[in-house]
Amino acid sequence: MLELNGLTKIYHTGDKALSDVTLTIPNGQVVALIGPSGAGKSTLIRSINRLVEPTSGSAVLDGVNITTLRDGALRKQRRRMGMIFQEYALVERLTVMENVLSGRLGYVGFWRSFFRKFPQADMDEAYRLLDRVGLLAMADKRADELSGGQRQRVGICRALIQNPSLLLVDEPTASLDPKTSRQIMRLICELCAERGLAAIINIHDVALAQMFVERVIGLELGRVVFDGGPTELTPEVLTQIYGAEDWEATIEKVDDEAEA
Amino acid sequence: MSVALENKLGTAWKKNPYIASSSLRWAISAIVLVYVFLAVFGTKSISSSLVGLGLVEEGFRFGTFGSVDKFFSGIDVNWSRIQRGLARGQEFVGGFLSPDFASRWDHIVQGMYESVVMTIASTVVGIGVSIPIALGAARNIAPLPVYLACRFIITVSRALNELIVAIILVAILGFGPLAGFITLSFATIGFLAKLLAEEIEDMNKSQAEAVQATGATWLQRINFGVQPQVMPRLIGLSMYRLDINFRESAVLGLVGAGGIGATLNTAFDRYEFDTVAAILLIIISTVMVLEYLSGFIRTRIK
Repeated sequence: MLELNGLTKIYHTGDKALSDVTLTIPNGQVVALIGPSGAGKSTLIRSINRLVEPTSGSAVLDGVNITTLRDGALRKQRRRMGMIFQEYALVERLTVMENVLSGRLGYVGFWRSFFRKFPQADMDEAYRLLDRVGLLAMADKRADELSGGQRQRVGICRALIQNPSLLLVDEPTASLDPKTSRQIMRLICELCAERGLAAIINIHDVALAQMFVERVIGLELGRVVFDGGPTELTPEVLTQIYGAEDWEATIEKVDDEAEA
Repeated sequence: MSVALENKLGTAWKKNPYIASSSLRWAISAIVLVYVFLAVFGTKSISSSLVGLGLVEEGFRFGTFGSVDKFFSGIDVNWSRIQRGLARGQEFVGGFLSPDFASRWDHIVQGMYESVVMTIASTVVGIGVSIPIALGAARNIAPLPVYLACRFIITVSRALNELIVAIILVAILGFGPLAGFITLSFATIGFLAKLLAEEIEDMNKSQAEAVQATGATWLQRINFGVQPQVMPRLIGLSMYRLDINFRESAVLGLVGAGGIGATLNTAFDRYEFDTVAAILLIIISTVMVLEYLSGFIRTRIK
């Protein structure tokens, strides 16, 4: 279970990216985080695994307060939080297998990782995950030879091989075409269900979020302004989050797609 | 139509000036004009006009520079000296038509051997020392105190020209390639660490961030997230530095730091221009070989 208590981030430029965010995400729940650009979605996710240092408040994962941890202990907790990035963030000149195995870095020592001598169990798990996402044949390709959708699937494998209890997913579909976007979202949600993983998914495609998740949190100017089920996202709510627009089309389209 | 638009319509659009303050713009233009004027009309006229205006007396002394006249004298040309030198130049160029590899062959081989050893050793040691310094000098992966310390080392290495370092080291360690080796290793740090650090600072941040997010240690982050990104550049720079170190080793011999430069210097001192030509041809062909080699390697790594 992840608990955020009054999480606040003020950048040194004075911008208040997050103000007093309090949330509880139970085990195994997949949550979509929606909101306009600059609402603090990325900051919120990064404050949890402390790629961004929150200014105040706390993030507690299964009883461990991550916000106060120091180097070694923080690294131990980071192993439990897999992260998936917007531009995939694969190390492009490394092979697919190296990218997947880099998810195990928190578990192996420096020299083992330097010589790429990962334990057999890790390699087997990497093969299994690559097979699960349909990329086993690509294991020895360099990451920059893959297409966008393939790269994101490698990114998913890298996050899952950490054996996390929480996935932090930052705009997983932002650079993908509509079809691939859906496939990736479906894959993430299926894998979360298979493994009982909780996930926070930043996404600005509202329709896509409604299709796949059980809970939606709306962020506006660093504040939580909506928290509810996907069907509760009414035009009024979307106007509150994103500002005035004709929302009916967006929402109706979702219903059509859900049936199709 | 909005008022703002109506006011704009019909007016010409002009790009904003690069320097916003108009007085500063004019001042800079004036300085450039004065500079061009001085460059074209020489400086003699200035000293005479200073005297003419009564600002300074004829023969007024400017500290150690001598008289006003001498301070503003520009570049003196001694035509008779040039005439005598041209003959020697002809002899020198003539040496290239009949380079003499044979009579000092043993010296040349010895000098080349020293130079090659000096070059390779100093490049290897220089790169070995540069890499940790470059990591420390990249602001995005090093804490501030480490960054400042490493930048200081780089600045010192860059500020001291190879020749100056070599002269000092020859005075301390005596003649020979040891002084040259240490000089070139030291110079390699300033070059390689600076450029590598800049490459690290320009790298794709999210790739290293993704590795960090898995719970990797700092060293693992460097090995998985940073190294793959900067490796082609590091190899390219290393090849280029090997090339530079070889060329520098030819210069350092002139101040007694061993190598082919020492052989070259001796040949010059003896006015053996045909041997000089032979040595220069060897240096040129070695540099060309290194150039092709580095080009070949750089196209292979991407």
